[in-house]
Amino acid sequence: MSLAIRCEGIGKRYRMGQQQGYRTLRDTIADTLRAPFRRLRAAFRPRASSGTDGPAFLWALKDISLEIPQGEVLGVIGRNGAGKSTLLKILSRITTPTEGRAEIRGRTGALLEVGTGFHPELTGRENIYLNGAILGMTRREIERKFDEIVEFSECGRFLDTVVKHYSSGMYMRLAFAVAAHLETEILFVDEVLAVGDAPFQKKCLGKMGEAAHQGRTVLFVSHNLLAVDSLCTRAVCLHEGKIVLEGPPKQVTSQYLQKWIPVSTEVVYENVDNAPGNEMVRLRRACVHPVNGSPSDPITVRTPFVVEFEYWKLVSHVSVDLDVLVYNESGVLLFNTAWWGRPPAPTGLLRSWFLVPGDLLNNGTHQIKLYVYLGGNSPDVFHSEDLLVFDVRDAASDLRGMFHGQWEGVIRPNFEWTTERVDASRGPVVLSEANT
Amino acid sequence: MEARSDTGRDDNLPLIVIEGPGAAWDLRWHELWHYRELVYFLTWRDIKVRYKQTILGVAWAVIQPLFIALTLSLFLGKLAKVPSDGVPYPVFAYSAMVLWQLFAHALTEASNSLVGNERLITKVYFPRLVIPMSAVLGGLVDIVFAFCVLIPFLAFYRIVPTAAALMVPFFILLTVLIAFGVGLWLSALNVQYRDVRYTIGFLVQFWFLATPVAYPTSVVPQRWQALYGLNPMVGVIEGFRWALLGTGQAPGHLLAVSVAAAAVILGSGLYYFRRVEATFADVI
Repeated sequence: MSLAIRCEGIGKRYRMGQQQGYRTLRDTIADTLRAPFRRLRAAFRPRASSGTDGPAFLWALKDISLEIPQGEVLGVIGRNGAGKSTLLKILSRITTPTEGRAEIRGRTGALLEVGTGFHPELTGRENIYLNGAILGMTRREIERKFDEIVEFSECGRFLDTVVKHYSSGMYMRLAFAVAAHLETEILFVDEVLAVGDAPFQKKCLGKMGEAAHQGRTVLFVSHNLLAVDSLCTRAVCLHEGKIVLEGPPKQVTSQYLQKWIPVSTEVVYENVDNAPGNEMVRLRRACVHPVNGSPSDPITVRTPFVVEFEYWKLVSHVSVDLDVLVYNESGVLLFNTAWWGRPPAPTGLLRSWFLVPGDLLNNGTHQIKLYVYLGGNSPDVFHSEDLLVFDVRDAASDLRGMFHGQWEGVIRPNFEWTTERVDASRGPVVLSEANT
Repeated sequence: MEARSDTGRDDNLPLIVIEGPGAAWDLRWHELWHYRELVYFLTWRDIKVRYKQTILGVAWAVIQPLFIALTLSLFLGKLAKVPSDGVPYPVFAYSAMVLWQLFAHALTEASNSLVGNERLITKVYFPRLVIPMSAVLGGLVDIVFAFCVLIPFLAFYRIVPTAAALMVPFFILLTVLIAFGVGLWLSALNVQYRDVRYTIGFLVQFWFLATPVAYPTSVVPQRWQALYGLNPMVGVIEGFRWALLGTGQAPGHLLAVSVAAAAVILGSGLYYFRRVEATFADVI
């Protein structure tokens, strides 16, 4: 089978801080003035400042070589910052590689975000055309698929309503509907399936599977390991910009879980100025710890634990909404809980926390995703993909009778069981009560 | 980075080669042509959104230049007795104001366009030129409405356009090209240096004063005329008034300077834009 994508030694180098922000003219002028001195110094110490591999640069990707045959659905997994998105951005031509070369045969479509270019002031109908054009569809193509898109989105009745009045669910459905009807030979998909409610996610996954069956080539970046397992024909795992695992999805995802998910039960941002957030709210600290324990103490399936956020609230007139999602190691969303719609708290350093009771989560690695909103307004001020990663251990004392293996299921509640005799002659007698 | 089609294997699927930044002088017009519908849709979006939730809607396109022209007429025309090349001052100022408004609007919109479309740039690929281009085109609708008022305005003052009026579209085109050229420079610089954002308003005001909108070129002393003429908008505004109102003489060397300056600004703008566009998604 012929190749759809071939990458040879692709690398991408960022100047530290380049991704975070723009430069001011003053910095550049200062740099320019300093440059001659730097060059002068370099002349005297030629080896010390060849520069390019110095600490000021970061290789987001290094030496990526990949061959993707036509019709393959390749899953790309890895921690945040492993280079997954950078790879996708290079292949979809949003940014250029620093070194290396790739050849792509076929028209490409990138779904890096649902609803890119949607304008809140335009109606659903107008946005379908606009978004379609942005994704690279021609007007005739959009017209031909218009009815199909509307049907898929289930928003038919609101087609002439301005989308800012849509519920977020409707908005996502419409946006995905447009994207799902992009018919390029090659598709780059980044995490778009992680949105919406369960039935909608299922629909999206179905659409992805359909694309694969049509013989299209798909590059799928995801945190959802289950989706990678079930949809992809091959998977690679990136770590610190390099491909570290490659092979059948099941094999790659399970090795990834064992090796590459470090636990981080506490993050602290000391400096108010560059902590995540904006001028109204900034995160200071997030941690997960057992009740009456510290973040370094172990959490078992039995332990009640606390998820805690400290943040600077810098203005008084709006309320800060915290939206927390907890995922298991397969990327399944276990629950969603929020501090939501309360009257504005005073300014200052605030702490919000919630208690997760024992006997709820199953053992394994769990991830916490945090969204922060202001006054119930979308979009979010910021969100952190895997802000906290913590391990729930099997409790040593939790033998549950004679069973030592892994309990099935995404959660592990400890229900009260009762067994009793119900023979008519002697009346009900409780034989045993046990928690298992 | 380059995209070329070749007729090799595999049902003639296009081959895209991804490499480091390509040559800046390669403008890839064919690719831009391929994305013409996106230019159309983005322009249409800008126009549509601009007057949503306003009461007066497109009337704003007329009100702004009209009120500025009336203010100028009162203070400069009536009180300061600024000369106006033999036509009533309100006509003199308003006609130039219509073109100036197009210029100022296109320049401002184009300069802020890349930063304003950050999400598109970081999430989708298309030739980045599409964005400042549609920002400039969005302003053209306004001038159509402005003309709807300008023509009765001329009739009221009994000014009948001559055959020279056929040159009006040419001056509009020149205005758009200059605004686009400057917009290319500023929008690309704005991605890297947000200082530009604060410069734009200042630049537009300064440029307004250095352009004969509120006063005729004839008030500028002879020995400064050459320097003054380097501002490409001088020749354009003078020429536009000549074409529409029949004031002054047909612009000769001033217009030549305008055309040359426009070509330099546009050419260098395109070059610079192409040279840095590969880094937009990383820096913005």
